[in-house]
Amino acid sequence: MLQWGLMIKHSLRRVFAYVDLPLLFLLLTLAGIGQLTVMSATGGGRVESNLINLCVALIAMLVMTHIPPQRLIQFSVPVYVLGLLLLVGVALAGDVVNGSRRWLNLGVARIQPSELMRLGVPLMLAAYLHYRQEALDGRVFFVAALLLLLPVGLVLRQPDLGTALLIASAGFFVLFLGGLSWRLIGGMGVALAAALPLIWHFGLHDYQRRRVLTLIDPGSEPLGAGYHIIQSTIAIGSGGFFGKGWMHGSQARLDFLPEGHTDFIFAVWSEEFGMLGNLLLMTLYAAIVVRGLQLANQAPSLFGRLMCGAITLTFLVYAFVNMGMVSGILPVVGVPLPLVSYGGTSMMTVLLGFGIVMAISSRKTLVKS
Amino acid sequence: MKDFRVAALRAEFQQRMWVAAGVGAFLLLVLLGRLFWLQVWQHDHFLALAESNRISLIPGVPRRGGIFDRHGAMLAGNVWNYALEMVPARVADVDATLKSLGEVVAIDPRDLRRFQQLRQENRDFEPATIRLDLSEAEVARFVVNRYRFPGVELRAAAARSYSYGETFAHVLGYIGRINRNDKARLEADGRWNNYRGSLYIGKMGVEKHYERWLHGLSGFDYVEVDSGGRAMRTLAHVPSRAGHNLYLHLDAQMQQIAEAAFGDYRGALVALDPATGGVLALVSKPGFDPNLFVDGIDQDTWRELNESMDRPMVNRALRGVYPPGSTLKPFMAMAALELNYRKPDDAISDPGYFSLPGSSHRYRDWLQGGHGSVDMRKSIAQSCDTYYYRLANDMGIETMHDYLQRFGFGQRSEVDMDGELEGLLPNQAWKQKRFKQPWWPGETVIAGIGQGYVLATPMQLAVAAQALASGGRIYKPRLLRAWHDPEDGRMHYAAAEVAREVALRPENLAVVREGMMAVTQPGGTAVMAMAGAPYSVASKTGTAQVVGVAQGARYDAGRLSKYQRDHALYIAFAPADKPRIALAVMVENGGHGGSTAAPIARKVLDYWLLGKRSAAAPAEVLNTGGAD
Repeated sequence: MLQWGLMIKHSLRRVFAYVDLPLLFLLLTLAGIGQLTVMSATGGGRVESNLINLCVALIAMLVMTHIPPQRLIQFSVPVYVLGLLLLVGVALAGDVVNGSRRWLNLGVARIQPSELMRLGVPLMLAAYLHYRQEALDGRVFFVAALLLLLPVGLVLRQPDLGTALLIASAGFFVLFLGGLSWRLIGGMGVALAAALPLIWHFGLHDYQRRRVLTLIDPGSEPLGAGYHIIQSTIAIGSGGFFGKGWMHGSQARLDFLPEGHTDFIFAVWSEEFGMLGNLLLMTLYAAIVVRGLQLANQAPSLFGRLMCGAITLTFLVYAFVNMGMVSGILPVVGVPLPLVSYGGTSMMTVLLGFGIVMAISSRKTLVKS
Repeated sequence: MKDFRVAALRAEFQQRMWVAAGVGAFLLLVLLGRLFWLQVWQHDHFLALAESNRISLIPGVPRRGGIFDRHGAMLAGNVWNYALEMVPARVADVDATLKSLGEVVAIDPRDLRRFQQLRQENRDFEPATIRLDLSEAEVARFVVNRYRFPGVELRAAAARSYSYGETFAHVLGYIGRINRNDKARLEADGRWNNYRGSLYIGKMGVEKHYERWLHGLSGFDYVEVDSGGRAMRTLAHVPSRAGHNLYLHLDAQMQQIAEAAFGDYRGALVALDPATGGVLALVSKPGFDPNLFVDGIDQDTWRELNESMDRPMVNRALRGVYPPGSTLKPFMAMAALELNYRKPDDAISDPGYFSLPGSSHRYRDWLQGGHGSVDMRKSIAQSCDTYYYRLANDMGIETMHDYLQRFGFGQRSEVDMDGELEGLLPNQAWKQKRFKQPWWPGETVIAGIGQGYVLATPMQLAVAAQALASGGRIYKPRLLRAWHDPEDGRMHYAAAEVAREVALRPENLAVVREGMMAVTQPGGTAVMAMAGAPYSVASKTGTAQVVGVAQGARYDAGRLSKYQRDHALYIAFAPADKPRIALAVMVENGGHGGSTAAPIARKVLDYWLLGKRSAAAPAEVLNTGGAD
């Protein structure tokens, strides 16, 4: 009996050897909130599949923590090249779903290669900067920028603005944390501002332009493009300080909120738990980011720090873009609320990312360079 | 140098991290500011928006099609009345509201039970009915007090009305509230969207079978509603499309005559048009009042209907199975001629019983002492049992089974109603499967006179009679004669459907018809019932035993209880040479076919062929020439 107990204890200790318990606790709390909110948004449906998605993603995260950074860095080039090839494949022969060419049918299964690149791009860039850490000059950053823009451009063309944004920010954070010079950042900012009119006229699809316009004046199309935003701001605003209570949001219950369990779940949460609930949610996101940055800072290698930092900061962008869109300060971009929205892929990508963060920060040995 | 580089990189990273964290914190603060604006500063505004100004989708319920008889008399239609509804989500205190509402309009406990049940089944913002069929005075009182009851609304609703009451109960069936099972079925069929506003669905009979036609297509109104749920303005309107009006083959007056002819007897009558298979009359006695079911029947009435010994909820025409008795004999005779077991003039000498070779058991004829010399025509006219005992024994059960099956025995007629039973036409395989026993020769003998295992519904007997009337062509019985589509405003006639053709040689058919015509001639078993009829009738009486009579004992109606007496049966078609109607009558515990069933048929035939109500004497006074 005692022996069994010891064995179980021992093996549990091995399984959780590389897990950062504070971070795990924060992630689980957020995921728990997500489970409850999805339950409310669907009127009690999808409970099982949502829970299964979460468990699978958690197991994947645990497995990820067991991969040492020196092994991870070896994966960077193959993963990146594979992802790039798949993206090219999508562009040439992808399946069109809802007007976007995002899926690649491999005969056995359909995959969305852009999701792979959300981790593949920062991995590649962090590894590249790590190998060139002796002399991080302008040429290195130039090559790195090319490595970043190639997949972002391909994903933008699908079109999938949300994912492109997340890949771009993940890559940008690697470069930023790696020491991209302020002058270059400033220059890029000016260039972007100058290019805005061009992007507006030639770079954006019609529906994307409409989304931006409706942000400025949602009332212009109450039953069209502005409908989502009007209904979600009503949901958030009517929640008040204390909220209407779990399962009691009329906006969500009355089916006024489209995509209530996926992209617009923040409105459901806000309506039912009010400002108080949102303070809790913000605190959780902030705490996860703070803990992630702490772990990044502990990482012994440049690769580790860049990877951890980029993953954590992308997580924040992810959350901010979604909440900003739902509360009407950003245009509608198809980005789910990390760990809260229903959907297995997003949950998997987020938790795999944090699995990498834990794997890197829990090992004190330096990566051989 | 290298250590210095590592330290520099780490310092750079930390500095950048602080910048990023600062920007992140700033973004979160912006977000919190926005949320503060929405949730605290502008909360009242958005709450009002959420509560009021909702755009709702109000289904437009289509008008349900009416049901008419062949002459256009309305059998089922819609009447308008007022109902009181509440949207619980818009009422602060539901119980208090109900209580004060009770002072304005009468709300009895049954209404309350129904309301609570609806409330449980519906979502809170869906209206639940409190009261139906408000009187004019109640409507006026509510309108004056309306301001006291936000969330309570008056709704004009179409209610189903069955003006003939019991007479067509088993044919029309009834509509009732859509319950969970109905909803699940509609959802599985992908038809639920069309029923979002509907309260009722066909539950039985024509109302159920032709539900898709009767219901129509729902329309929709996109309406802006205020916080009290009242419609402010319509944004878009998609009109509903009314259901089809159905015209049946039935003749309402004939149905009434047939129903009245049964008096207090239980039983069923099915009359068919030999030219189309149209159902001219379909009676099952006793009936029930379908109007009771439309808005939910109360428990007591329901129990009474279900537990009554008379079983008024059973449609005997389709679901009552009875031994066909001697009404099977014309079909046995047809089989004997067609399969060359008998010639028309082959005569037997009837001692009043039949015994199997090597057995002393006597299968008795109903006439003690027998009918003397009996040929085929006489065997039908006088319903000689001995003739058919012997014939059945010669043919064997398998031959009987295969031939009688052609006339529709043992299988559904495929009438356009639900729930029909298939009766029973036995053979060796059936008995082996059912009882795991071999077939005994004696069982063949009694099957020859329609007793033993053989069971048939009145509908099957009518179809078999129709087959003889039409020279072997069997139609699928049809209630639906035509439908009127309000969309195109035209009448569409349903085509007759032939189920199958039984090949009958005309000379053989003539022999059987002559035998059946002799039934109502002097010496026949139904001579009194058809006395003086100005048209010719081909018919056959039957009496089905309910309890067995022991060897050597005699059947004594007086000593048996009401529910143990024999069933009386009668099949007929007329005029015999050019039939315009074929029918079957079954009177439960009615005694002899000739004395109780045939007089009912007489009234129906008189009406249909002469266009008048029969002046025939009541059933009790009539006596038959022979006791079947």
